[in-house]
Amino acid sequence: MTEAFDILLQTSFWVAAIRIASPLIFATMGELICERAGVLNLGIEGIMVAGAFAGWFTVYSGGDLWAGVVVAALTGAAFGLAHSTLTVPLGLSQHVVGIGVTLLATSLTYFTYRLALPEVTSPPKIEAFQPLPVPLLSDIPLIGPALFAQTPLTYLAYVTVAVVGWALYRTPLGLAVRAAGENPSAVEAQGISVTAIRMGAVMVGSALMAVGGAFLTMSAFNSFFFEMVNGRGWICIALVVFGSWRPGKALLGAILFAAFDAYQVRLQQVTGGVVPYQLFLMLPYLLSILALVLVARRATYPKALMVPYQKGER
Amino acid sequence: MRLEPKPAPSLGTTLLYPVGAIAATVVIASLLVLAAGANPFAVFGLVLKGAAGSQFALMETLTRATPLVFIGLAVAVAFRAKLWNIGAEAQLYAGAILTVVLGTGALPLPAFILLPLIAVFAALAGAMLLLGPAVLKVRFGVDEVVTTLLLNFVMLLFVSMLLEGVLKDPTGLGWPQSQKLIAEARLPRIVTGRRLHYGFVLALVSAIAVWIVMKKTTLGYEMRAVGHNPEAARFSGMPVNWILLKTALISGGLAALGGFSEVAGLKGNLTLDLSPGFGYSGIVVAMLAMLNPLGVIVAAIFVAGIFVGADAMSRTAGVPSYIANVMVATALLTMVTAIMLTRFRVRWR
Repeated sequence: MTEAFDILLQTSFWVAAIRIASPLIFATMGELICERAGVLNLGIEGIMVAGAFAGWFTVYSGGDLWAGVVVAALTGAAFGLAHSTLTVPLGLSQHVVGIGVTLLATSLTYFTYRLALPEVTSPPKIEAFQPLPVPLLSDIPLIGPALFAQTPLTYLAYVTVAVVGWALYRTPLGLAVRAAGENPSAVEAQGISVTAIRMGAVMVGSALMAVGGAFLTMSAFNSFFFEMVNGRGWICIALVVFGSWRPGKALLGAILFAAFDAYQVRLQQVTGGVVPYQLFLMLPYLLSILALVLVARRATYPKALMVPYQKGER
Repeated sequence: MRLEPKPAPSLGTTLLYPVGAIAATVVIASLLVLAAGANPFAVFGLVLKGAAGSQFALMETLTRATPLVFIGLAVAVAFRAKLWNIGAEAQLYAGAILTVVLGTGALPLPAFILLPLIAVFAALAGAMLLLGPAVLKVRFGVDEVVTTLLLNFVMLLFVSMLLEGVLKDPTGLGWPQSQKLIAEARLPRIVTGRRLHYGFVLALVSAIAVWIVMKKTTLGYEMRAVGHNPEAARFSGMPVNWILLKTALISGGLAALGGFSEVAGLKGNLTLDLSPGFGYSGIVVAMLAMLNPLGVIVAAIFVAGIFVGADAMSRTAGVPSYIANVMVATALLTMVTAIMLTRFRVRWR
């Protein structure tokens, strides 16, 4: 039993927790922006797959690591454009379009992968982002290495949360985005186009989701393989609800969730195969459902979430 | 730009837009074929030949369509009531598990009793699985999209656990697979020597039954009313939550029958690759059918044809068979756009 507790005092555990949290932070921020503007983006799972591949493939074909991040973001934005064109001006069902975008992005990615590497059986590795310890800060015991000896993409994830929080609550644009998800007619009354705000939000949000996917191939696994996103996108949707659509709370949720995920892997070793390993692997998904149930009663959805907006209609 | 409702669309436009959607899908797929360095005309010829070019090809297509009919019906029923069941994959596996548990010798009964019994219990398992998210939705307001999606992953891990544990075939050389069903638990083949089985007939019967329920019964009317406008339905005194729960039971049960039919009719045992994403392509089937139960049959055969044809094509033409998934996803997006365009006119100003 003490072994199970000792895990919490291991530096490697907290390092892993923050690493696991990083892609979730990007994608959760992406989904949060979309939903704040009033669009549920179920394309998230597929967009993460596309981003994972786009980033990896750019580096694999000789591109710079940061070029890979940019290509991933652009790929995500392109799928965001497709999603928002159908859901915002045309007002199609956000559920159906989102699932369609996920299927399209996933299958298009697999198709391209097979086309680019027809004969490959084991996925080739790339020279990925390396940990970049921040001097002094990374020497703090326990949390120092966890927070400040990560790869640059993790630091970018922190920056993203700060920027999203600042932009949403401290800028006129953020106000417009939040209003588009709460009371779109008020936005239109200010002479701002709800369509433009929502489409822009979905494109930026989708770009972030794709960078989250790219983290997997460019910072965590160093190669691309099928099924690698494995439901992380859907978990991020749960994290947005869990974080009550607030960037700070969502960040905490992502780290908590990742810590739990890292913990179950280590607990598995402690229990030594007495409990089937699949039960541990189920925990992240069950935990997401539990988190949704716990916050459901006090969840205050953006009021215009999933409500298409028509100019001149009330 | 804005959308204006059109007056009742003529039969011409109602047909024109779906055809346009298919055409757009083919154009996009052609671009991918060109990117793969092949000739689109030759490739689509091969797809068509592989899907319907011979008796064997046709039967393969109908075999592949069978689970898609069940899932398509499950999704159509649920979406009609705006219950977003994206977890048909998990419900299919729930049905498959029950089929294996009851069909590998636990119940030594003659086929005419055993098969219906297994089908009923399989359907119940799927119904119960969707009841969970449905109860969470009506009781606590938890979004069923995320819960049903997440349960797909939970279920696949659960199946993996069973196949390495209690349901593991001792003679399976270590592979994670279950024992084979006893002969009495197998659905017979329709033509000897071909893979098409009576699960296909069960699928057709189910489609007709669902059509009758949707069009001719009070429950069908209530489900459509709830899907159209839940507030109005509640205001007019309908037990909306109860109707949603009934919808969930029917939808989950239908998806699970897909699992029963795949195991009892086709595979004979349970493996982790029982469903190559039927739960998701079934959503496409339902949308292509515009949620019409009889349309589901046609849409399922169409989608199955793309998959079977693309598999055959990919072996000879060197174009990755994932093009089938791309086409199916594109068809979904172009089709929902087409449906919208038959109802609304886009005004640019």
